[in-house]
Amino acid sequence: MAVEKMSIAKALNESLRKALETDPKVLIMGEDVGKLGGVFRITDGLQKDFGEERVIDTPLAESGIVGTAIGLALRGYRPVVEIQFDGFVFPAYDQIVTQLAKMHARALGKVKMPVVVRIPYAGGIGAVEHHSESPEALFAHVPGLKVVSPSNASDAYWMLQQAILSDDPVIFFEPKRRYWDKGEVDTDAIPGELHKARVAREGSDLTLAAYGPMVKVCLEAAAAAAEEGKSVEVVDLRSMSPIDFDGLQASVEKTRRLVVVHEAPVFLGTGAEIAARITERCFYHLEAPVLRVGGFHAPYPPARLEDEYLPGLDRVLDAVDRSLAY
Amino acid sequence: MTVESTAARKPRRSSGTKRAAGAASAAKAPAAKAAATAQNAEPQLVQLLTPEGERVSAADNPDAAEFLSFVEDITTEDLRGLYRDMVLTRRFDGEATALQRQGELGLWASLLGQEAAQIGSGRALRDDDYVFPTYREHGVAWCRGVDPTNLLGMFRGVNHGGWDPNTNNFHLYTIVIGSQTLHATGYAMGVAKDGADSAVIAYFGDGASSQGDVAEAFTFSAVYNSPVVFFCQNNQWAISEPTERQMRVPLYQRAQGFGFPGVRVDGNDVLACLAVTRWALERARRGEGPTLVEAFTYRMGAHTTSDDPTKYRRDEETQAWEAKDPILRLKTYLLASGGADEAFFESLEAESEALGKRVREVVRAMPDPDTMAIFENVYADGHALVDEERAQFAAYLASFEEGH
Repeated sequence: MAVEKMSIAKALNESLRKALETDPKVLIMGEDVGKLGGVFRITDGLQKDFGEERVIDTPLAESGIVGTAIGLALRGYRPVVEIQFDGFVFPAYDQIVTQLAKMHARALGKVKMPVVVRIPYAGGIGAVEHHSESPEALFAHVPGLKVVSPSNASDAYWMLQQAILSDDPVIFFEPKRRYWDKGEVDTDAIPGELHKARVAREGSDLTLAAYGPMVKVCLEAAAAAAEEGKSVEVVDLRSMSPIDFDGLQASVEKTRRLVVVHEAPVFLGTGAEIAARITERCFYHLEAPVLRVGGFHAPYPPARLEDEYLPGLDRVLDAVDRSLAY
Repeated sequence: MTVESTAARKPRRSSGTKRAAGAASAAKAPAAKAAATAQNAEPQLVQLLTPEGERVSAADNPDAAEFLSFVEDITTEDLRGLYRDMVLTRRFDGEATALQRQGELGLWASLLGQEAAQIGSGRALRDDDYVFPTYREHGVAWCRGVDPTNLLGMFRGVNHGGWDPNTNNFHLYTIVIGSQTLHATGYAMGVAKDGADSAVIAYFGDGASSQGDVAEAFTFSAVYNSPVVFFCQNNQWAISEPTERQMRVPLYQRAQGFGFPGVRVDGNDVLACLAVTRWALERARRGEGPTLVEAFTYRMGAHTTSDDPTKYRRDEETQAWEAKDPILRLKTYLLASGGADEAFFESLEAESEALGKRVREVVRAMPDPDTMAIFENVYADGHALVDEERAQFAAYLASFEEGH
């Protein structure tokens, strides 16, 4: 049966399994990815079925994980590495930014860097510090990297396959608080393009743009707004580098209003780039300035405060109201 | 071969007399002082050719015997070849330094003084081995058959590397120190997975040994038993910082803590570098895992053409190392042993001149890259933003053409 209902976590697991089956050069690497199956069990059962040479438990050293993945890619392998949590990626940031992102260009295109860096990211699970951050803008800012985040099970399954097939390094942000959300996955489908935005809900009065964990919040906000007679369109960007500005522009030209929602701090974030570009592209279409809803310029707060910090239904609806008031 | 036996290797002094190991005498000193003394002590080196140009025999030094077996096949002709490699590498390096002074290169990192470490290790490699250099491995590149003028592009500012690493199994120069030791380790993990018997060698310096990446490379290579040789050229200075600012115990001893052997070799002795590297590569090929080779040498020039070593080090130190010159000692040996005559040296001088001339000509003729190269190869599969910016910039440039 091609269509199956499964959680995002299961979809990612199935996706990795498919990749390991399809291409003997695909490797899974990371801390606890073997016997344990990863702290979120995304790699559950893979080492049992594919062996320790394909699903590799690594020393607890993030720079080492990414640095050796670069070497394996140079040897012709396609490593998919897991960084255990968002805040732990920074020891590897040097390798990602100074090496992984630039290798293809430095070699004048003679070598490829098909490395996927999977990062469970963002908040909402009541974790301790360094376990709830949204550092996607730091990666999207780096030329040479591609940055994506699925919001549902079908995308989780297909986008991960596409990331592994890509000859470019892909930073794959997994919305950890959505791991257990279920959705339909058609494993025989012909997937859309990896970097193409998706209209998750049609509307005519205003566009909400989001990705990863905030897509669900935006869909709920659109449903609530509908009860008040407001027609809100939700665009799931899916990719933060590149961003599908053509797709977003089409939506904004229709609705004439845009609110961008993400968990990461608003200042110099993905939303800032979207606001600037959409203002440039749609200046004469816009009825209101592009508004942003997101995190504050403060460290991610202790778990007891994260419900206040994270953009929720009310903050999104407040921004919708402010935009419509222009 | 064990770590212990390697560590216990006795120094070969220039006088030819034997001397108690520095670490042994240091053991009597108070703990803190002992550590510093151990680092500063006369190094325990594997040496097969003395600074006076004399071959060390197994009878002279039983410890050297194990390594002597790795160069038993080296003929007089091979020695002339090693000499030629070192002379031409030095000439190329000197030409590049001069070109920087003439404004043809933006920067140059000279290898002056490190020719033996690079040629000795470089000539130990097989074609199917893979090299991960830092930014000073011009001699290793020479051994790999990389055209030396290819190395100058990044220093002239026309590219950031520019050669295909797979043509000569010589990876691009890496400027962030220590990063490439992880790439080498990963590559070696791949070699092992492929079931190949080739080996990988990672070059780095004493300064890079302080980087976490190097420690992580040691950890990964040890736990995965990867076929990689870590070849550290300890040239005593990390820009202006002496080794005392990088470590409290001799570098080669660090390997022991990671579970693989480390050996210190006279980095100015091309024969010893060849022997020790061959030994380490064979261990790798046999599946015995990584080795750390510390080539004890000296950077005779500046770190790069940007710094001024007279501000941070004494003339006496540099002069003491001049007496250990790697090229001079092999020349002395070749002359004394009848391995080469004046005609050989004259012919080599002519070859050096020709190389220098070619390097000058190629550098000066090196074209600036096309402006639109900015947008090339950022991504393998393309990227909408790069496409957009490329088109916008092309249109902008074209607007000047239309103005005429």
